Amino acid sequence: MSEQAASTPRADSDGLMVEMRGVNKWYGDFHVLRDIDLEVKRGERIVICGPSGSGKSTLIRCINHLEEHQEGEIVVGGVPLTQDVKRIEQIRRSVGMVFQHFNLFPHLSVLENCCLAPMWVQKKPRREAEALAMQYLERVRIAEQALKYPGQLSGGQQQRVAIARSLCMHPDVMLFDEPTSALDPEMIKEVLDVMVELAHEGMTMLCVTHEMGFAKTVADRVIFMDQGQIIEENAPEPFFNDPQSERTQLFLSQILGH
Amino acid sequence: MTIRTEMIAQRPAPDQTIGALAWLRANLFSGPVNSVFTLLGLYLLYLLVAPTVQWAIIDADWVGTSRDDCSREGACWVFVKMRFTQFIYGLYPREELWRVNIVFASFAVLVAWLAIPRLPFKRWVAVVTLLPFPVCAFFVLYGGVLGLPLVETHQWGGLMLTLILAVVGMVAALPIGILLALGRRSQMPIVKSFCVVFIEFWRGVPLITVLFMASVMLPLFLPSGFGVDRLVRALIGITLFQSAYMAEVIRGGLQAIPKGQEEAAAALGMNYWMRMGLIVLPQALKMMIPGIVNTFISLFKDTTLVMIIGLFDLLGIVQAALSDSRWLGFSLEGYVFAGMMFWIFCFSMSRYSQYLERKLNTGHKN
Repeated sequence: MSEQAASTPRADSDGLMVEMRGVNKWYGDFHVLRDIDLEVKRGERIVICGPSGSGKSTLIRCINHLEEHQEGEIVVGGVPLTQDVKRIEQIRRSVGMVFQHFNLFPHLSVLENCCLAPMWVQKKPRREAEALAMQYLERVRIAEQALKYPGQLSGGQQQRVAIARSLCMHPDVMLFDEPTSALDPEMIKEVLDVMVELAHEGMTMLCVTHEMGFAKTVADRVIFMDQGQIIEENAPEPFFNDPQSERTQLFLSQILGH
Repeated sequence: MTIRTEMIAQRPAPDQTIGALAWLRANLFSGPVNSVFTLLGLYLLYLLVAPTVQWAIIDADWVGTSRDDCSREGACWVFVKMRFTQFIYGLYPREELWRVNIVFASFAVLVAWLAIPRLPFKRWVAVVTLLPFPVCAFFVLYGGVLGLPLVETHQWGGLMLTLILAVVGMVAALPIGILLALGRRSQMPIVKSFCVVFIEFWRGVPLITVLFMASVMLPLFLPSGFGVDRLVRALIGITLFQSAYMAEVIRGGLQAIPKGQEEAAAALGMNYWMRMGLIVLPQALKMMIPGIVNTFISLFKDTTLVMIIGLFDLLGIVQAALSDSRWLGFSLEGYVFAGMMFWIFCFSMSRYSQYLERKLNTGHKN
């Protein structure tokens, strides 16, 4: 693969944005991901659920190499993920990520949070980066807070800023790592609304979430993980109405049962 | 069941809880025991302050030119007045003092420019302060170019030398300390072990030893005729010593930044230096302002140790003046003056750091 092609990851000829083949990962002796095989097509929306400690966050964090896998192959937008730092940074530029605890930069204003990466990573002029940031902040309906600092915003507002910050890099894939788990109930909806809109616009998404309503509305596929492996993978309707594996049935009865 | 139909309007706090009288009552005279302690404390304060004021101001001699003019009970400030030029400039030639004044005046202007938030072009002023200014300052002070007579560094002294040692030490130790702190957290084993060894070596050795080694041992290892100036040797010693301390202060700050900050920056495609320079360090340094200024203050006072390698900083030159046979017996005045000078500089740094902390506080940790 030439550097030229590697610098602009796009879906390869099969239309695959993310491919994981035989991925295994250990934390010390703990086998956290076991033989993960996963293919995500361009525009596909995938929800990953499962009990805590099942490896779902680790799985999506491997895609942009925030976690390192020891065995197997990960290809993002046709670019194989290797140890090479430049290659990793290339892939990260095309993969957006939203974290459970937002991880906004507290020393920068909302606008600066969004401009920083376009200006430094993509070398855009400030004016252009700010226009871009305002455009995305408007899309997540928070443009009027652009000059505030993250600490002055509510959790839901912070998470929407975090989404806008990722979108400013024009990612090909968005990873969501439990984006609503740290939010008060009344704020979950404002974040989910933004995510639903994003899904309808055709963004390729991998979401680790327990919001089953979201999964039913937008997901093309739901993946259930337990003990580091993919237990069940299906379209939302059969997944929720007719789960095949016993573990899935138990999990669903626990989270939907009250 | 309760239902409120009318909301309670806001009303002012009772009179007894606000104002100076209320403060006195709450903090100093809140009961018989506290009142006794307050009065006792005031009395002790009086016992301490009254004689000091008496000695330093009321009974002091202010005018005159020799020790015969000091006839009164209190302090003889005539001594300090007569030696003032020497205390500030050391043995720098009297007719060349304007050079020192120009350097320090321009330095004061540059620092004030950086310190006052309203003034523009901060970035350019910072660049000028860090790069061309030290070079120009050196040539103006040292001379030997543009028709300026040469002034050897052994003639530099007093407050001027103290400031040179402290400012160069601070400006050089901070970036080296940052690099060492980053290196110590590096995943590259060679970088990491180099930084650990460097930091632990310099932290484990007293500054006096470092200065002795710089002045006595270093020349033994250098080829003869290849003399490094004594001042330069002291500067290098102080810088390396302080950068090790600085590194540990900054490492403390780096560890306080949540891992998610670096992850978020990495997820946006930033490389190591961007992640550190734009995200982690600005937050860590802001958090470590008290620790950094603490190190600066201790550095400022540690410069007095250069006395033992024959450089006359402020304290050194005061002490040298005390042994002048015409002015014997005025050591108290000399030390009080030196102490006041050090206190003024250290206290200013302390106040500025508090101001900086308030100004940089964007509040609300993540």
